[in-house]
Amino acid sequence: MLLITCPICGPRPEIEFRNMGEAHIARPTPEGTSDDDMAAFLYLRSNPKGLIAERWRHVHGCARFFNAVRHTVTDKFVTVYEVGAPKPDLAALAADLAADLAAREAGR
Amino acid sequence: MTPEIKRVGAFEGLPAFPATSRVKAVPTGPLARILFRGSPAAAASVSAVFGAPLSTVPMRAGEAGGRAALWLGPDEWLLIGRDGEGEAILAAIAGAVAEPHSAVDVGHRNTGLVLSGARAVDVLNAGCPLDLHPSAFPIGMCTRTLLGKAEIVLWRQAADRFHIEGWRSFAPYLLGFLAEAAREYA
Ligand SMILES: [Zn+2]
Repeated sequence: MLLITCPICGPRPEIEFRNMGEAHIARPTPEGTSDDDMAAFLYLRSNPKGLIAERWRHVHGCARFFNAVRHTVTDKFVTVYEVGAPKPDLAALAADLAADLAAREAGR
Repeated sequence: MTPEIKRVGAFEGLPAFPATSRVKAVPTGPLARILFRGSPAAAASVSAVFGAPLSTVPMRAGEAGGRAALWLGPDEWLLIGRDGEGEAILAAIAGAVAEPHSAVDVGHRNTGLVLSGARAVDVLNAGCPLDLHPSAFPIGMCTRTLLGKAEIVLWRQAADRFHIEGWRSFAPYLLGFLAEAAREYA
């Protein structure tokens, strides 16, 4: 079973968690926001093949929300961080992952 | 004629748990249960009047004088006392905490049982995905988690004794699940 590291409880089985969608999406004030921008806020997500910053909730544990960077192909959790912390540099994390993989391949 | 109101335990009338020398499940019977939410400072005030300390260390239970305070989240504790103590505990909290907080009597929502015996861990792990080795889940540790499809609060009271809190309507499911798992150790 995949283990997800809750910032409060530590590594826990994935079925205790709920994915709560992409993180760092700020709600615009409806006044002065065009319909297109409002629609984008509501419905458009980055949906990358690779790293994504997401909100997660340890619903069957401490019940708190936190953020995590996850790889959408391998399901690997690269890092977790508190709500309110700045969005990690996904490109830098992806480069780290690639370098790590290359090192493992070379050591094989 | 005045209608009679009868108190019925959540586990009453259910098939008996197949108790063996290696594992048994015994309902706790009625208990006072308060769900408290507030800041760590408020929790410290509650500790003083409740008796059992509200831990600020995650996933730890504090116990004293027949009462227990189970950490559920950074601002959330389950307070357990003897049956009938609920109102007194609520009044004590209201008198001790001035800042905004929440204290709700969930004594009738929850129900509990104690699973014990040499095979208690194996029976639990039939439906609970946590690592219950003493190094990962020591005595005094407590947490919300899952048993099969039901959410529970699990508290290790001794090496081979666990207090399980579930929601009342899940009582048949919880007991049935544990009984099914225990058949392997009959
Ligand atoms: Zn947690």
